Amino acid sequence: MIKVLSHLLLRRCLQAVLVALLVSTVSFFLMHSLSGDLAFRIAAGRYGYDMVTAAAAEAVRVELGLDRPLLQGLILWWQQLLQFDLGDSYLSSAPVIEEIREQFGHTLQLALSALVLSVVIALPIGLIAGLNPHGWLDRVSLTLSIILRAFPPFLLGILLILLLSSKLGITNAANASHEHGGLFLPALTLALSLAAVSSRVARDAMVEVRRSAYFNFARTKGLSDLLALLRHGIRNAAVPVIAYLGVQLVFLMEGVIIIESLFAWPGIGHALAHAVFGRDIPMIQGTAIVMGLLFVLCNTLVDIACMLADPRQRYLASRRADA
Amino acid sequence: MSAWWQQLPLARRSGAVLLVLILVAALLAPSLAPDAVSQDLERVLLAPSLEQPLGTDHLGRNMLARLTHALQLSFSLALLSVISAAIIGISLGLLAAWRGGVIEAVLTSIADAVMTLPVLLVVLLFSAFAQGEFWSLYIGLSFALWVEYFRVSRATIKATLVSAPVESARMLGFGNFYLLRRHLLPELAPVVGTLMLFGISTAILALAALGFVGVGLRPPTPELGVMMIELFPYYEEAPWLIASPVVTLGLIMLALALLGGRKEMP
Repeated sequence: MIKVLSHLLLRRCLQAVLVALLVSTVSFFLMHSLSGDLAFRIAAGRYGYDMVTAAAAEAVRVELGLDRPLLQGLILWWQQLLQFDLGDSYLSSAPVIEEIREQFGHTLQLALSALVLSVVIALPIGLIAGLNPHGWLDRVSLTLSIILRAFPPFLLGILLILLLSSKLGITNAANASHEHGGLFLPALTLALSLAAVSSRVARDAMVEVRRSAYFNFARTKGLSDLLALLRHGIRNAAVPVIAYLGVQLVFLMEGVIIIESLFAWPGIGHALAHAVFGRDIPMIQGTAIVMGLLFVLCNTLVDIACMLADPRQRYLASRRADA
Repeated sequence: MSAWWQQLPLARRSGAVLLVLILVAALLAPSLAPDAVSQDLERVLLAPSLEQPLGTDHLGRNMLARLTHALQLSFSLALLSVISAAIIGISLGLLAAWRGGVIEAVLTSIADAVMTLPVLLVVLLFSAFAQGEFWSLYIGLSFALWVEYFRVSRATIKATLVSAPVESARMLGFGNFYLLRRHLLPELAPVVGTLMLFGISTAILALAALGFVGVGLRPPTPELGVMMIELFPYYEEAPWLIASPVVTLGLIMLALALLGGRKEMP
């Protein structure tokens, strides 16, 4: 078990380093493609536009290695990254790490609420639909799921704003970030998109479980439907749903970029879009790296969760580690 | 042909019909309503009528013309990036599978890292190179999408290269080009087709999403996402205006999803 875990962690760590290097390399070339003298821009960001002198710009140039050839500059840039130095924002001149720490909490809050809300919506619908395949609930939820899936999260967000906020006056999209209760609409948007698929996964898993020999055996030996479900059904039906969380996390991460901008939620996705708009390269690099790493972390957690829930995968993984 | 059509599941057939309708609209309508840019401030926010089938927007521009121009733009950019991504991905996959060794290791780890990042994040990164420009979005999309073709083609080609037919073709003295044309590419074709459908929908969606957030193409370019954000403030006075790009994008996604034939759909 330990061996399997360490093998998995090692592979994922390597992936994390690669992702960070990739994003940082793209950011480096991005920085060099900006028009105008970069040193002046950074100096202006640091000291204010009135205080910039040629000497200050020169000091920045030497300090950041902008006077060196491209390859040397790139290596210096990587070194800074490996020392966990993400630099200062060009726009606010606050350290990127600080800004991200603040935004990250908001994003986490949004993502977790969406995830929980989606499970609350999807699991009951999926399981009950699975109890009676091709019944009316199954058909209705299938149709809804197809329609919802055709609408990507940001379209769904617009529709929800149009339907809910103008009619019910729940939240105004523009000032959502400053009001309490502004979390509801963005979380609901993401949750509905997630639930559209996960309810079907839960339904299929349920159908599969009820068809299986072990479930029939449990019924035959005299357990009631409910007991058989609780003791033998739920855990088995959970494996695909947990595994599917991994795929959903990609989706959530993409959704967060757009949904946060749409609802002005002050999270990391909003910050990234904002940084791209303002060409704030340290912020672009910082937010993109954090999102990439978060993604690797989520995948790792899903792998581990799957291994814990399903002994067969543990066995397979240990054989792979031995090979 | 008709037997083959009958054989397809209903979902795929309806997806194909829907997609063809959208494409026909995108190709034909601009000749009927060619003017997507000129403004008429006397006639803003008009309701749909015979003369203006989808009404006019907040600057009095013809919505039908804008919508169909936007469709053309979305589809051509998506198609262009998907085709480039497929060509690059398959060639690199071929190289990796054929050569192996260091080349394969390097390519696989790069692909792994790109694969880890969400498509939208990659496109966003590249769009920062030249905001509002066509080419930065195109490069970003191609860079985000090539990895799928790389992974699939590397795996398929590796398996095919050691198969009995290829081995016997080699023994018979056929060259590499023959192997590629008769054995490797036919193996790849069906998988690549499906991947391209998904790629097109990803690309169209990413384009609209970036336009909507304000980091993609810019006004006055007629583009679905840009139109949505432009028309968003008028949703109380003229809800039909914002409805048309939203519904159109929804229909494109639906058509592509149905045509791609996801497993869960009966």
